[in-house]
Amino acid sequence: MAERLSRAGVYVALIVAAAIVLFPIYMAFVQALSPPGLYASRGTPLYPVGWDWDVFSRAWDRGNLASAIGRSLVVTGLIVVVQLVTSVLSAYAFAFIDFPFKRLLFAVFLATMLLPIEVTLLGNVVTIRQWGWIDSTAALVLPTAAAAFGTFLLRQAFLGIPGEVREAAVLDGVGDMGFLVRFAIPLARPVIASYTVVTALTAWGAYLWHRAVIVDTAGSATVPIALRTLASSGSDGNIALAGALIVSAPVVLVLIVFQRALVKGLTAGAVK
Amino acid sequence: MAPPRGAGERSFRRTLLAYAMLAPSLAVFVAFVYAPFVRTIGWGTYESRRGGTAYEQVGLAQYRDVLTGSDFWAGVSHSLVFVAITVPLGLLLGLLLAVLADRRLRGIRFFQIAFSSTVASSTAVTSVIFLYLFSSAGPLGLTWLQRESTALPAIALSSVWQSLGMAFIIILAGLQAIPEEVTEAARLDGYGPWRMLTRITVPLISPVLFFLVVVLVVLGFQAYAQVDLMTRGTGGPNGSAETLLFKVFTHSDPDRVTIGSVMSMGLFVLTGIVVFVQMRLLQRRVHLG
Repeated sequence: MAERLSRAGVYVALIVAAAIVLFPIYMAFVQALSPPGLYASRGTPLYPVGWDWDVFSRAWDRGNLASAIGRSLVVTGLIVVVQLVTSVLSAYAFAFIDFPFKRLLFAVFLATMLLPIEVTLLGNVVTIRQWGWIDSTAALVLPTAAAAFGTFLLRQAFLGIPGEVREAAVLDGVGDMGFLVRFAIPLARPVIASYTVVTALTAWGAYLWHRAVIVDTAGSATVPIALRTLASSGSDGNIALAGALIVSAPVVLVLIVFQRALVKGLTAGAVK
Repeated sequence: MAPPRGAGERSFRRTLLAYAMLAPSLAVFVAFVYAPFVRTIGWGTYESRRGGTAYEQVGLAQYRDVLTGSDFWAGVSHSLVFVAITVPLGLLLGLLLAVLADRRLRGIRFFQIAFSSTVASSTAVTSVIFLYLFSSAGPLGLTWLQRESTALPAIALSSVWQSLGMAFIIILAGLQAIPEEVTEAARLDGYGPWRMLTRITVPLISPVLFFLVVVLVVLGFQAYAQVDLMTRGTGGPNGSAETLLFKVFTHSDPDRVTIGSVMSMGLFVLTGIVVFVQMRLLQRRVHLG
């Protein structure tokens, strides 16, 4: 009896907690679907009035979301691919090759993690202006084209490859590039998968840097800049919220798909 | 033939290969991390003249003026308030949700997904949602964002919500790594839920909590998007929500970039000090089993 009571208590607590956590998302839907004209005098309702589904297509047009989402997808995709390539290469050098100044260069990589965006922001903004790169895709991608975090994560994964695998490959006359492509990368797949998800989420959500280098907010906007324009004063809340919900859809989709891939990778990633 | 990994045999060819492999990353780090960092330090020693068309070398005078000025310290106090809200709340609520959801129950997956769901919400999306949730026309009829005393805490609350998913996922992973024998033994010893939490669970996951605290502190000092979106670029009533990074960003035009440079160095040192103090204070209490 006591057991059953406490279980009921846990469920109540879980439901209350979930309701609180999900409340802002629920209200975003309510406010998006309810045309302000229908409730203005009575205050925002707690449930949708009007069911104005058309608001999503208006947000799509007014926010120029097709172009913004396309731009953000290109920028995110480029950052993920380029950062993976640079990280895989440097991780391989640190993991498998012995060379002069290795410790010094390792420290040079490590120290970049102590220099966050607040100390590079102004310098990079000025650089981008001087190079005439304002509004360019290169300006959005290149500053994050390499990452010490990714290098260390992948180096760790490479070092976890059993020595026998490496020795067998070497005995078979496999060279460095062959080993990298045919053994190291496939064996590090679970780590690469989770790293890709984290990098993609970060790149998709980046705001400050986009604010800094995107000046033409009408023609060159990425998703966060388009949202900023939609939410600027004078515009309607329902349309801005509809825009926010639209641009979240791809993220939710990717998280659902990759969650499975991640679990698979983690369970199947054990050494064969 | 390539030697086994780590093995001593150095060859000229493999050394060249290693440098070639490191070159792309190094080029990015030099161009976009080290060069701007060094330039920013130097710019702080120049004062802008004639609206940023000329600069005069003034040594450390500008560092002294800016770092003792009221604008900089207003930014410091706003950033500290922001961190003082987001870090403890993020940690406590994340812990609460994780302890609640770390059990075998029918339907628990649903609650775990619900509690993780805020990771899908970017800072921009979160800020738009809370901008209208907290507006006077919103469902709660709040005027927090319009008032000087509440604008910053309201913005901080939106960040707490946004980081909840991440905190939950990280803490839950820590909880699930605790061996069942440990909690079982404590239960047999008559430990109630509260003593279990404070004596067993929290000490065992303290490395995870410590990691989370550092992440939340660094994120807190980097708050910009929330302030920009939820104050519509104004920095709040009377600048009451201008965090340090917001101030740095507003000082990026040619006329004020040298002042912004000093502020960014101040923010850098401040973040470093806070993280360092935390490490010293918490290190002794963290059980690194």
